[in-house]
Amino acid sequence: MTTLDSSKEIQKNNSEVNETHEDFRMFGLITFLIADGMTFAGFFAAYLTYKAVNPLPDGAIYELELPIPTLNTILLLVSSATFHKAGKALLKDKNSDSQKWLFFTAFLGIIFLICQLFEYFHLPFGLTDNLFASTFYALTGFHGLHVTLGTLMILIIAWQSRINGGRLTSQNMFPLEAVELYWHFVDGIWVVLFIILYLL
Amino acid sequence: MTISIDPQKTNNESLQPKGWLRYFSFSLDHKVIGIQYLVCGFLFYLIGGTLASAIRIELASPMSDFMPRDVYNQVLTLHGTIMIFLWIVPVVNGAFGNYLIPFYVGARDMAFPRLNAVAFWLIPPSGLMLVASYFVDGAAQAGWTAYPPLSITTPQSGQIIWILSVLLLGGSSIFGGINFIATIIKLRRPGLKLMQLPMYCWAMLGTSLLVVLSTPVLAGTLILLSFDIIANTGFFNPVLGGNVVVYQHLFWFYSHPAVYIMVLPAFGLVSEILPVHARKPLFGYTTMVFSIMGIVVLGLVVWAHHMFTSGTPPWMRLFFTIATAFIAVPTGIKFFNWVATLWGGKISINSAMLFSCGFIINFVFGGITGVALAQVPFDIHVHDTYFVVAHFHYIVYGGTVFIIFSSIYHWFPKVTGKMLNEKLGILHFIITFIGFNLCFAPQHWLGLNGMPRRVAEYDPQFQFVNQISSLGALLMAISTIPFLINVFLSVRNGKDAGDNPWNALTPEWLTSSPPPVENWEGEAPLVEEPYGYGKEISEQK
Repeated sequence: MTTLDSSKEIQKNNSEVNETHEDFRMFGLITFLIADGMTFAGFFAAYLTYKAVNPLPDGAIYELELPIPTLNTILLLVSSATFHKAGKALLKDKNSDSQKWLFFTAFLGIIFLICQLFEYFHLPFGLTDNLFASTFYALTGFHGLHVTLGTLMILIIAWQSRINGGRLTSQNMFPLEAVELYWHFVDGIWVVLFIILYLL
Repeated sequence: MTISIDPQKTNNESLQPKGWLRYFSFSLDHKVIGIQYLVCGFLFYLIGGTLASAIRIELASPMSDFMPRDVYNQVLTLHGTIMIFLWIVPVVNGAFGNYLIPFYVGARDMAFPRLNAVAFWLIPPSGLMLVASYFVDGAAQAGWTAYPPLSITTPQSGQIIWILSVLLLGGSSIFGGINFIATIIKLRRPGLKLMQLPMYCWAMLGTSLLVVLSTPVLAGTLILLSFDIIANTGFFNPVLGGNVVVYQHLFWFYSHPAVYIMVLPAFGLVSEILPVHARKPLFGYTTMVFSIMGIVVLGLVVWAHHMFTSGTPPWMRLFFTIATAFIAVPTGIKFFNWVATLWGGKISINSAMLFSCGFIINFVFGGITGVALAQVPFDIHVHDTYFVVAHFHYIVYGGTVFIIFSSIYHWFPKVTGKMLNEKLGILHFIITFIGFNLCFAPQHWLGLNGMPRRVAEYDPQFQFVNQISSLGALLMAISTIPFLINVFLSVRNGKDAGDNPWNALTPEWLTSSPPPVENWEGEAPLVEEPYGYGKEISEQK
């Protein structure tokens, strides 16, 4: 490599390091969540169409008990608030507070999943009993998958917010903000699901 | 908050293989990924084309003598799925989008390079899996639409592999769509306004919106279908109280926009190619932008015109007929804009221009039959006949594939630094154009006379016209030969192209051919008038 070439190379590398652009990771995540929301929209549309058009066989049970899902709704709404607290704490550089709130949020998510499983085991119908049962399990199961993934991600960022050597700091808020947005999204879907599936 | 470009990435890139080996690596360079999409797609096009030839050989005679009937069903299912999900969608979006969009927005790469590489590398395994399903227990037999109950009652392993493969390809498509939206909206060079972008950016923005909004619905639907097959649920199984029409609604909510996902990028590409070779500004830039966005909005609310024979209620027929007819308006605007771009231009008759003109002719024909098919009485008459096959191929082959070839002739000098041979290119165009029209024009007549599609055997009275169609298919197969010879010869010892052989004004021509890693030596140029042809030469520079 001649001197001219190498100087050009250095110049090029310098110019690249100095170039900056806006952080659009959140923009990409929002686009992805819109796409994810469309999957749920498809499921909801199918469920409502079935409800309107397809009569269930005689004796089919399609009434649901309300206490557990109501508890679950409260759990998720509270967990959204605690997640928000975690973000506030991290912004003030109170990493250990933030970590506590994150673990509490994950704990609420796990309780939600346990309640969901408890409900599954005590329902009078199985996956293949009738069309209502199938759509019920598909919708709540797909949402439960989202909660499971969300809980795992919360545990990961809780680990990352540890004080010594953690990557999550007030200078690097993106992982927390991304998971928080996802978590609020999953909560919002649950509220819609609760209204459509349990209340309507 | 701003991020500085990670110097780590540049270092990693220098560690990546050089030369042709980089096309087999997990490269983050958008140009490498674009070429990966194109070549991978073309290989699947050859497989899908072989399957199409097998279909036309079978249909040269009325009886099923070339292959058994169930193999015929597998072949037509694989042909449809491969051509749509592995050739047209990845190439017209992924290949040209990845190669051109960062140039057009004045960026060094796509917004999410790693996601981009992941999106590409989902394609080869799922494509190979789909092709391999033929050798396992027979491929899927239910057509590319996979309508239940057919898809539930045919052999299951092939159908499940089909679903898995389409889910992965859908995921790849969504990742690509997110990347394009972020790149076009967020990664534009400072000073570059949205209304100064080349038209292909607008086309890709519209397409990506459709991808992001509609593909997830298909994914959800296919998950439900796989439950029906594996877990014996009854979502779409009438025996268990399910509803097949719900599947059709959900499927077409994706698959009608999918037609626009296949054809809108082609609209964008032809809008790049015509002004360059006619030496005139693109006619009606603003109307082009609004008609693209109009097609995006209308494209989401016309899906049930595929289902006029599925017991749709009258109000639904009325609504979807009117909505579909409305799409003719923005499409017509674009058509007239292209013709007006050519009008009075200094037209070069070269391969890229010929394929683009072929596109305009074929596409307007396919568009007219499309408007006809939107009318309920006519649609009920020709539903599931060869008329639909002819219409569809006029759009996706006569439209999009012609533009893919046109784009290859147009951008080959940029990608390789070598010119393609024009004589072989014109030969390629002539054989393709004649072969295509010979193959598909007679199928309109077949459909009007009641020959059903997707059946291996047919009434002997249709034999002669089918043989004309098969002759056309033979010509289309032959047309690939001059193209392949041309590409291989030109890559090795083609004429040197220089940086800007067409004297084009769009940004990708303002860098060297082939472009360097990170696209520009210095700062990206600001191109405010990508179509400013026909002005004084001093003004151009």
